[in-house]
Amino acid sequence: MTTTVQSAGTTPGEMATAAPAPARRRKRRGTLVDVAAPLAILAVLIGIWYAITYLVLEPGKRFLMPPPQDVITEAFLDGAAMERITAALAQTITVSFTGLAIAIVIGMAWAVVMSQARSAERSLFPYAVALQCIPILALVPLIGFWFGYGFPARTIVCVLIALFPIVSNTLFGLQSVDRGMHELFTLHGAGRLTRLFKLQFPAAMPAIFAGLRISAGLSVVGAIVGDVFFKQGTPGLGILLDNFRARLQGPELFATILVAAALGIAVFLLFGWLGRLAVGRWYDQSRDPA
Amino acid sequence: MSALAPSLPPTGTAARVLHFRDVAKAFPDGTVALEGVDLDIRRGEFVTVVGPSGCGKSTLLRIASGLSPATSGTAEMDAQRIGYVFQDATLLPWRSVLRNVQLLAELHGISKTQTNQAARDAIELVGLEGHEKKLPRALSGGMKMRASLARSLTLDPDLFLFDEPFGALDEITRERLNDELIRLFHAKGFGALFITHSVSEAVYMSTRVLVMSGRPGHIVDTFDIPFGPDRTPELRFTPEFAELAGKVSSALRSGHS
Ligand SMILES: Nc1ncnc2c1ncn2[C@@H]1O[C@H](COP(=O)(O)OP(=O)(O)OP(=O)(O)O)[C@@H](O)[C@H]1O
Ligand SMILES: [Mg+2]
Repeated sequence: MTTTVQSAGTTPGEMATAAPAPARRRKRRGTLVDVAAPLAILAVLIGIWYAITYLVLEPGKRFLMPPPQDVITEAFLDGAAMERITAALAQTITVSFTGLAIAIVIGMAWAVVMSQARSAERSLFPYAVALQCIPILALVPLIGFWFGYGFPARTIVCVLIALFPIVSNTLFGLQSVDRGMHELFTLHGAGRLTRLFKLQFPAAMPAIFAGLRISAGLSVVGAIVGDVFFKQGTPGLGILLDNFRARLQGPELFATILVAAALGIAVFLLFGWLGRLAVGRWYDQSRDPA
Repeated sequence: MSALAPSLPPTGTAARVLHFRDVAKAFPDGTVALEGVDLDIRRGEFVTVVGPSGCGKSTLLRIASGLSPATSGTAEMDAQRIGYVFQDATLLPWRSVLRNVQLLAELHGISKTQTNQAARDAIELVGLEGHEKKLPRALSGGMKMRASLARSLTLDPDLFLFDEPFGALDEITRERLNDELIRLFHAKGFGALFITHSVSEAVYMSTRVLVMSGRPGHIVDTFDIPFGPDRTPELRFTPEFAELAGKVSSALRSGHS
């Protein structure tokens, strides 16, 4: 089973017929290019970084873009700085995952209700769209005003930002079941719940996971945004970024940015992996826009 | 009309599973798909409908199954359980062959052990042993159709509806599945309503062939097929077969114009 899951990503069409050995070899060669090319780009980016630090900036302004080795020695290898960054990271992860979990529950319930009747969809979908159109940033001060500046307010910001992709993707997924399968279920007397759990939810899984991947990234954004606005309480990455910026601590600021970026990427990869685990066996995700 | 008497089974004694009297169907957009259709099917009868594309054959099946109501006339289905095999296999892509075959029994609330047994039997009947754990994406078109057939067989239906089930298959696979279906039909004795575009398939499979006209579809000719249950592929090359197929074909052509 494990090999099937792995090969599903790269050689979907051929997996039924291809012998395991050539398939694996092809996969390995693919992986080498997949890793080498982005690494080359990374090297170029670091080169540009150095060029800006040493060629563009006057020595007195180098704090604006400290060289990579300073970021490593003064932040990543500095115990005190790292302690603050790790604590903030933990706080941000807690906020974003709590927000995401709540968004998943609310979003799926919302989509399920809409999938049950045209009238429900007509009356509820405009509000999902509205949620997407309103700049959540405009609501953040209000949320702080109502709920204070602690954990609940930050979580609410996360939920609001992460909700829409879950609602729309779940709804799209539940409605994507083709008519023939619905008729099969109708013909054999399946009720709403049976249809929902045996047909619509399984069929919606690929779309749901695609939505989760987007929402997970957004929930990290939400946690950091909430942080930047609510400068009180346990500091998350957002507060830390703001502190380092205010004190002109270039290396620490850069290290925090890198950690935030790494968190976003890790969350994206995590949900991609979870998605493959859940549906990769039967659904060819390589056809999805990433 | 063919004067030949049907050789199997003793029609008129077996239970009637489908009864159409003067059935018509008009869609809300004004399309009249069917008009004045009369049809009776008993257990042990294999009735095939041939007709030009768009003449309302699928509509006929949908009315027979109860998926869609007739606009006028009587359409009565008198079956405990029906099997409906669609043109595409409609297997759930996340379920293995075995779990797909178990689906309908599951929907009917049949007990787990009974469902398991029925699924194993059906898989054996259609010759899919050894493929139980495969997902639909790993099956060929013919194997998908077999799985779809097995899924309906678990219910042991009295009435089997087939909407061009083998239309997308190559000729060899199609002929092999024809033979398997005939064998199943004689083993189980259900009543069958089968749609096809192929005159040869129709004559080969059926106890009765109905020819439909172009839209609005109605039945323009009926042929009783005299061949017995022991049909073999060589039958297709006999003069009797050719003559019957020729008659059906010309009826089809005259209904078409
Ligand atoms: N829901 C619908 N609304 C309006 N018209 C319809 C609808 N369903 C079918 N029709 C029309 O009714 C006619 C008969 O359709 P049907 O699908 O029964 O034909 P068919 O004989 O099965 O054709 P084919 O051999 O191509 O499968 C067609 O002209 C079709 O366009
Ligand atoms: Mg049709």
